[in-house]
Amino acid sequence: MEIIKNIPLFTIVLSLFSGVLCFMLKGKAAKRYTVCYEGVLIILVSLVLYYTLRTRSSFTYVMGEFPAPWGNEIRAGVLEALIALAFLIIMFSSVIGGYRFILTDMDESKVNLYYTLVNLMTAALMALVWTNDIFTGYVFLEILTLTSCGILIVREIGRTTLAAVRYMILNLLGSGLFLLGVVLLYDLTGHLLMVPMQQTITELARDPKIVPVLTMAIGIITIGLCIKSGLFPFHFWMPDTYGWASPTSAAILSSLVSKAYIFLLIKIYYRVVGSWVMQAMPIRDILFVLGIGGIIIGSVQAMHANNLNRMVAFSSAAQVGYIFMGLGLGGHYGYTAAIFHILAHAVTKSMLFLTTPRLAAVSDESLLFSNLQGSGLRDRHAGIFFTVGALSMIGIPVFAGFSSKIQFGIAAISTHSDWRMIIVMLALAVSSMLNALYFIRFIIRIYTQKDENDRTVPMGRKSVPSYLVSMGLLTAGNLMLGLFSGVIVNLIRQGLGMFG
Amino acid sequence: MLENLLINNEEAAAIILFGIGFTMLLFQRNLIKKLIGMNIMDTGVFLFLASMGYIEGRKAPIVVDGITSTEAYINPVPAGLVLTGIVVSVSVTAIMLSLSIRLYKRYHTLELDEIYVLSKHQTEDR
Repeated sequence: MEIIKNIPLFTIVLSLFSGVLCFMLKGKAAKRYTVCYEGVLIILVSLVLYYTLRTRSSFTYVMGEFPAPWGNEIRAGVLEALIALAFLIIMFSSVIGGYRFILTDMDESKVNLYYTLVNLMTAALMALVWTNDIFTGYVFLEILTLTSCGILIVREIGRTTLAAVRYMILNLLGSGLFLLGVVLLYDLTGHLLMVPMQQTITELARDPKIVPVLTMAIGIITIGLCIKSGLFPFHFWMPDTYGWASPTSAAILSSLVSKAYIFLLIKIYYRVVGSWVMQAMPIRDILFVLGIGGIIIGSVQAMHANNLNRMVAFSSAAQVGYIFMGLGLGGHYGYTAAIFHILAHAVTKSMLFLTTPRLAAVSDESLLFSNLQGSGLRDRHAGIFFTVGALSMIGIPVFAGFSSKIQFGIAAISTHSDWRMIIVMLALAVSSMLNALYFIRFIIRIYTQKDENDRTVPMGRKSVPSYLVSMGLLTAGNLMLGLFSGVIVNLIRQGLGMFG
Repeated sequence: MLENLLINNEEAAAIILFGIGFTMLLFQRNLIKKLIGMNIMDTGVFLFLASMGYIEGRKAPIVVDGITSTEAYINPVPAGLVLTGIVVSVSVTAIMLSLSIRLYKRYHTLELDEIYVLSKHQTEDR
C-alpha cells in the first residue's frame, strides 16, 4: 500500500513528461496518447481516493526526505483526491469531446502543441491540488496562467489575441498580488510549508498588533486569487475571453482553471490561516457581499447578452459568485456548499461550452440569438446536451445545480444569523429566476422553427462517438451530483475534516 | 511612523516600487509600458525578499574555514525564492512580448485604445 503514497507526485511528473512527449509526437498520435494517459491518471487518482477513504486519514509525501519545517511536501486526503479526480474526468471529456473544434482553429500538423499545453496544464492543476507548500503553489499558479494563455491563442484572429492580452494582464495583476501576499506571510512566519505556517500564525494572531498585518497579507492573497478566478467586480474579462476562445479552451478555462484558483484559496484559508484566525478577519464578510453582487450582476448581464457564448460566460461570473458566497458564509457547511458547487459548475459549464459550437455550426457559424433559432432541431444531439446543461444551471431537480442550491440553503441556515440567511435565500431565489428566464428563453428559441415554410430537416449532423462519450460522461457526472448528492457531500465533509 | 519607514527603508522602497508597477500595469494604455510596469512590480517583490533575507555582517551559507555556527550565515531560502521568481517573471514577459508582436502585426499599433476601436470594425465578428 506504500506505493499509493507516490501516486500524487507521479501524476504531476507524468503530466510534465507527457507535455514534453506530445511536443515530439504527431497531431493525432498526441491526441491518442493524451487520452490514454489521462485515463491512466483517472485510475491512479481513484486508487488514492479509495486508499484515503479506507485509512480515514490524509498522508504526506515528503520530497527529498527533508522533514518539515524544511523541504517540500505533497499532501493527499479525501478532498484533494476527489477534486483531482473530478478535474481529470472533466479534462478527459473536454479533450476527447473537443478534438473536432481544435481542428477547425488549428492546422492538424500543429495540434500536438495544443496537447502539449493541455498536459502541462494538467500538471499545474494536479500540483495546485496536491501541494502543501505555498511557494510551489505560486510557481504552478503561474504555469497554469501561461498554459491557459497558450490554449487561448490557438485561434489566430485579432479579437482572440486581444482577449488573451486582457486576460493575461488581469492574471498578471492577480499573480503579482498573490506573490506579494505570500512573501509577506513568509516574512511574518518564516515558513513556506502550510502546516508549520499555520502554527506560527495561530501564535502570532494572539498579539493584537500583528492581526492587521496578517489581515493585510491574507487580504492581498485573496484579492489576487479573486481577480484570477473572476469574482465580481473583476469578472469583466470573462465574456471576451470565453467568447473568443476556441470552444475546447473555453470549456477548460471556465470549468477547471478558475476553479483551481478557488481551490487554492480554500486550501490557504483552511490550512494556512485556520478557521480560528479566519473568524477574526473581516475578509469573509467582504467575500460574502462580493459573491452576492456577482450572482446578481452576472445574471443581469447574461440576460442582456445577444450572443450565446457571452451569455454562458456571464452566467459563469454568476456561478463564481455562488462559490464565493459559500466561502463568505464560512463554517463547515459553507465550505461544503462551495466545494460542491465547484464540482457542479465544472461539470455543467464544460458541457455548455462544448455544445455551443455545434449549435453555431448549423446556424451559419453564428452565435447570435437570431441566427440560432431552430438550431436544436437541426442538430438534435447538441440540442439535447445543451438543454441538460441549461436545466442544471437553472437548478431543476435531478441535476447538479439543484443539489448545490440546497447545499447553499443549508449553509445559510446553519450560520444562525438572520440577515445572512435572508440575503442568501433572496439571492438564490432571484438568481434562479433570472437563470430560468434567460436559459429557458433560449431553449425555446432553439426548438422553434424559423417560420412555417422553413421545413428544416435535421441536417444529418452525425456525432462522432468520442463526442458522445464525452457528453455522456459529463451528463452522467451531472446526474450523479444531482441524484446522489448525499454521497458526494459526505465525501467532501470527510475530506474537510482531514483538510486543515 | 516616519522613523519606522526610515529604519525599514528597503522594504518601503520595495512596496513603493510594487505600487508603481501595479498602477502602470493597470492604467497605462501602451502595451510595452504595461509590460515595463509588470517587471517593476515583480522587481519590487524581489527587492523585498532580498532585503528581508539579508542580515548585515553575515555571509552566504557556504561553509568555509570550518565555521558551522548558524549565526555566521544568512538563510538561503529567500535568495532561492528570488531566483525562482525571476525565472517566472522572464517567461511571463517573453509570452506577453510575443503576444504584443502578434497584435502589432495585425493592428500596427500598441495603444490598447486604438486596438479596441480597430477590432470593433472587423468583419470576423460572429
